[in-house]
Amino acid sequence: MAQGHIAPQGLKWVISDTIAMTWRGLLRYVRMPQLLIFSTIQPILFLLLFAYVFGGAIQTPGLNYINFLVPGILVQVVIFGSVQTGVGLAEDLGKGMIDRFRSLPMARSAVLTGRTLADLVRNIFVMILMIAVAGIMGFRAEGGFFRLVLALGMIALFGFAFSWISAAIGLSVRNSETAQVAGFIWVFPLVFASSIFVPIDTMPGWLEAFAKISPITVTVNSVRALMVGTPIGDNWWQSLIWIFGILIDFSMLSVLQYRRAR
Amino acid sequence: MESNIIISVEDIYKSYGNVHALEGVSFQVPRGSILGLLGPNGAGKTTLVNILTTLLKPDKGRALISGIDVARQPSKVRSRIGLAGQFAAVDENLTGKENLELVGTLYHLPRAEVRVRARRLLEEFSLTDAVNRKTKTYSGGMRRRLDVASSLIGEPEILFLDEPTTGLDPKSRLELWETIEGLVRKGTTVLLTTQYLEEADYLTDRIVIIDQGKVVAQGTSKELKSTIGGGVLEIHVADKQHVVALVEALNVFGPHADFALGIVTIPVKEGTKTLSETIRKIDAANIEISDIELRKPTLDEVFLELTGNNRPVPK
Repeated sequence: MAQGHIAPQGLKWVISDTIAMTWRGLLRYVRMPQLLIFSTIQPILFLLLFAYVFGGAIQTPGLNYINFLVPGILVQVVIFGSVQTGVGLAEDLGKGMIDRFRSLPMARSAVLTGRTLADLVRNIFVMILMIAVAGIMGFRAEGGFFRLVLALGMIALFGFAFSWISAAIGLSVRNSETAQVAGFIWVFPLVFASSIFVPIDTMPGWLEAFAKISPITVTVNSVRALMVGTPIGDNWWQSLIWIFGILIDFSMLSVLQYRRAR
Repeated sequence: MESNIIISVEDIYKSYGNVHALEGVSFQVPRGSILGLLGPNGAGKTTLVNILTTLLKPDKGRALISGIDVARQPSKVRSRIGLAGQFAAVDENLTGKENLELVGTLYHLPRAEVRVRARRLLEEFSLTDAVNRKTKTYSGGMRRRLDVASSLIGEPEILFLDEPTTGLDPKSRLELWETIEGLVRKGTTVLLTTQYLEEADYLTDRIVIIDQGKVVAQGTSKELKSTIGGGVLEIHVADKQHVVALVEALNVFGPHADFALGIVTIPVKEGTKTLSETIRKIDAANIEISDIELRKPTLDEVFLELTGNNRPVPK
């Protein structure tokens, strides 16, 4: 088909359109700072709550609780943050923005990648802020700077993958409030049934079995090992399989939904 | 292939499941003219606009924009058109200027050109005072103007406006009409959908009336008005109580009654013969009238005649 043909400027346009749409997505957070404030205050509250209220009662052998908790909270930050990807897309659908974009001679992919990339940048910003707060609370990345950066990169990639799940949800529900609820409702239990807040071996057997294979647990275990400087084991490749599996499946699903979305 | 016809719609069908939105629609639009697509809610107007702007593919038939098939080469079509859809599609978190520049960038115009055009459009659309304000703070009229301005930044050959003045106050509506007229003077072809007969009457060169997915009539406003014969006889009763009696008395002529205003109208097919007969019948029924007037039909009446009871907008 003629539309599959890529003109010489094709790639240049894809890049410039993606940059323009990413910029637009980021301005959303600059202009509605409450979105950013909520997504920062909420994890800080969790950090305080778990570190000072529950922390004393949670046994984390060989690790003080704050060092155990911070890598997990960072993963939680990007998971909850990814919900905004779907909310933003549902908003664009409802307000006719998507129709406008679809009538323009722009790269179609830029509508989706612009949004997910903006949320990636947003996630990195919030993570750095969180690390600073955690530092004040006594968190130390004992694995060293390089391993910390590697861990943050892995979390960012994990959040990026979850943004694509959220995109698929947002494009199918088509309403920003519904996208908000539908985006949260399934990740909430997943976040708690993982190694984010507690070691999973204290869970009942059936739950432990579930938590053990959860993409969240393997990712949290990987980044925790990177940050505190313990051996990473098999978790890293299991996490990467999840990340790329989610990325591939849900980016294809989102593109499909986007094509059909009217 | 350059010809005088810039939009050619050829026997288009589109269904959603069991709902037949379009059933064999055909018409053509000459370059530089303004066409009004008129029809009641659900007639298929938006579906047709979506097909012409490459958002939807027709099930059957084809549409050509400057000779290019919209379903086969959508990307070629997109660089020639501008669309202002049913909702004012502006990003609320961006300023007026940023909105325009974003769309300009996505048309792949050079950076400097985007700035120049954005500034000029903001002036033309009297938005200069609000350039650096978030569009969230804009009034409905301002949003609509910005929306239309955005659809023009690519300097399209054809502008599609889907119910552009719905929800606007009379002043904003008039301003937008003037803007649209200005565009057509500069050579842009405009296709607009509307539910307002007055708008189509005022603004458009030609009108295509669609109802239930079919073209029921097309032509200039004047031609359409003459399709229902010579004129309309409008009878005002002295006492509104007598409207029913009058309708009964004039039943053979197919009267339309407006109970609130106490007016009965009948189409006049044979000129004065109908007039004298009507007066005779009113006399016989002994109904007192306050006024009787023979006039040309309004587009409203044409529309009513053509689409039956699907009256678009109550007066």
